Amino acid sequence: MSEKKREPLFHISKRGETPWYFAWIVRIVAIILALLVCSVISVVMTEKNPFEIYNYMYKGAFGRADKTLVTFRDVAMLLCISLAVTPAFKMKFWNIGGEGQALMGCLASAACMILLKDTLPSWLLIVVMLISSIVAGAIWGGIPALFKAKWNTNETLFTLMMNYVATQLVAFFCIMWESPKGSGKIPVINQRTRIGWLPELFGEKYVFGILVVLVICILMYFYLNYSKHGYEISVVGESQRTAQYVGIKVEKVIIRTMLLSGAVCGIAGFLLVSGNDHTLTTTLVDGRGFTAVMVSWLAKFNPFFMILTSLLLVFLTRGASEISKKMQLNEAFPEILTGIILFFIIGCEFFIAYKINFRKRTVKEETLNA
Amino acid sequence: MMTNIPEGQECYDAAADLAYEGCNLIFADSFGHESFMIQAAMEFPEVEFCHATGTRAHTEGLSNYHNAFATIYEGRYLAGVAAGMKLNEMIEAGTITPEQAKIGYVGAYPYAEVKSGYTSFFLGARSVCPTATMEVTFTYSWYDEAMEKEGAQMLIEQKNCVLISQHADSMGAPTACEVAGVPNVSYNGSTVAACPNTFIVSSRINWVPYFQYVIDAMINGTEIAADWTGDLASGSVELSAVNEQAAAPGTVAKLDEVKAGLMDGTIKVYDTTTFTVGGAALTTYLADVDDMGDFVGETEVVINGEFAESEFRSAPYFDLNIDGIILPEGM
Repeated sequence: MSEKKREPLFHISKRGETPWYFAWIVRIVAIILALLVCSVISVVMTEKNPFEIYNYMYKGAFGRADKTLVTFRDVAMLLCISLAVTPAFKMKFWNIGGEGQALMGCLASAACMILLKDTLPSWLLIVVMLISSIVAGAIWGGIPALFKAKWNTNETLFTLMMNYVATQLVAFFCIMWESPKGSGKIPVINQRTRIGWLPELFGEKYVFGILVVLVICILMYFYLNYSKHGYEISVVGESQRTAQYVGIKVEKVIIRTMLLSGAVCGIAGFLLVSGNDHTLTTTLVDGRGFTAVMVSWLAKFNPFFMILTSLLLVFLTRGASEISKKMQLNEAFPEILTGIILFFIIGCEFFIAYKINFRKRTVKEETLNA
Repeated sequence: MMTNIPEGQECYDAAADLAYEGCNLIFADSFGHESFMIQAAMEFPEVEFCHATGTRAHTEGLSNYHNAFATIYEGRYLAGVAAGMKLNEMIEAGTITPEQAKIGYVGAYPYAEVKSGYTSFFLGARSVCPTATMEVTFTYSWYDEAMEKEGAQMLIEQKNCVLISQHADSMGAPTACEVAGVPNVSYNGSTVAACPNTFIVSSRINWVPYFQYVIDAMINGTEIAADWTGDLASGSVELSAVNEQAAAPGTVAKLDEVKAGLMDGTIKVYDTTTFTVGGAALTTYLADVDDMGDFVGETEVVINGEFAESEFRSAPYFDLNIDGIILPEGM
């Protein structure tokens, strides 16, 4: 009897051309599925009806004017760091050091506020803070780029390691500038005088920062799509050899782009300290440097789509934390929910690019089985 | 109620969220929350903010921001007496010589609340066991189970400590003691269930009297004090039940006696005749009671032969290094 090679149960193949709406249908279905799974888990754990849970989720992000403002504040910060890492990604330079670059921006701004205190008028101090944050972020992004350009070091590892160095530096300064003594914490800086704090706009805090990020978003769109630099970034990203062939100085582009990437991260750090939190802790950037990677990828490096993807991620986080607050669940619960939703969102990209073909049962097989 | 709020910007967000939610009394308890609570108090003048362990209410001049604490040094002193009796028992049994009566202490941060705590504990122990010494290690965290465990193990194995106490909030040190069979005086609550063979006693602050006080004040529309200090009499400072299996015989009776002495004033925890600083008796000390961020003491706190702890504000300000307590190198 000759052994016939059996076809596997299923195999994966790349999809050909799909209509433009196909990807969006898959994504929407994925989100709906994710919400369904989340509600099943929530219902099992809390014995509440799922619509109540979605309602909490919505209310957590947009339930009251103050909540909406905080949601947009968080979207702006996430968006800012996502915009920062995007030019590097487009160049296929895997900058996962956004966290550290932003944290160095925070450190520079906080240092200015603490050391210069009331020696400068507030507006001038803000300018000094902004410049020093940009420089600090750019240095933190520039170092791995320099090593990559000169000695071809691995930028993923290098930028990742730089995050830890930044965290430890901030931890060091937190102890150095602690108050009260021995607490190891920096309190709200210039709490009475508010020197170095971004002013309120339209009677609301955070609005200044949100507008700054919107401007950065628009500028970044034009920089990436309509400038010579943006074009060079794309070419280097597609193929370094092609770039060399057409006369682009690859080393220069890598360093220049990472300086920009770090500088925008630095601006994010400045906004966090001057506009939002007015303090310095090692957790100030709060993992946004890593979430930014996802925001940027999901939006296919398009700055305007990034507004949507960062809104989605912030909405999920705030919604999930509202559920756990209202249901008196611990902090792990929102993380479970966000994890599930992200799993579906990232997973659906696979189904957009590939399809699964199941083995067709042939007549021959059926007779054999019988 | 919101829990797991880190000591940082998240605290302001949480407090503001609760204020918008319609809460008219907001309470926080972690030391590092203070400046964020003050920030929220400035922005929500119609909401009352109460913060345990904080130091700034009496100088901030905000009518809606209040601090509270308790004379936990009295509770620690009592716990120290129980520890000293245990040391005496070990000396009498011949398991250690009087010179080997060394206590280990796992502290969180080297600042006044912790220093005041371990000093009063040590003074309590030394009041019954005069040869007692103590070595302190710090974890630089209020809750780090692994660090606290390692700290306790280091004190037991490398520093030859024969009894351990701690001021940090996890089960790290008590469980390390149970494993090593070293007696432990706990904090925040009884750990007898997990450590039946080594747990002696625990002191803790009971916040119920303060909540009653604040809620009554809100209902009656009376002012809440900028600083409120609970004590043994108000029931704010408590000892857990003594674990007879680990404690020295007669501990319960002795604790009752010392407690009565503390309450009627015949025993003073920081009696300046009972300790020296740098070899000399303490006659004067300017404590940094008004925390203006300058770290400069401005209030004379040695009064009538006693360091007047928790007299000028509720949070502790005893931050001296007394003789007999060994600190980590470089401190």
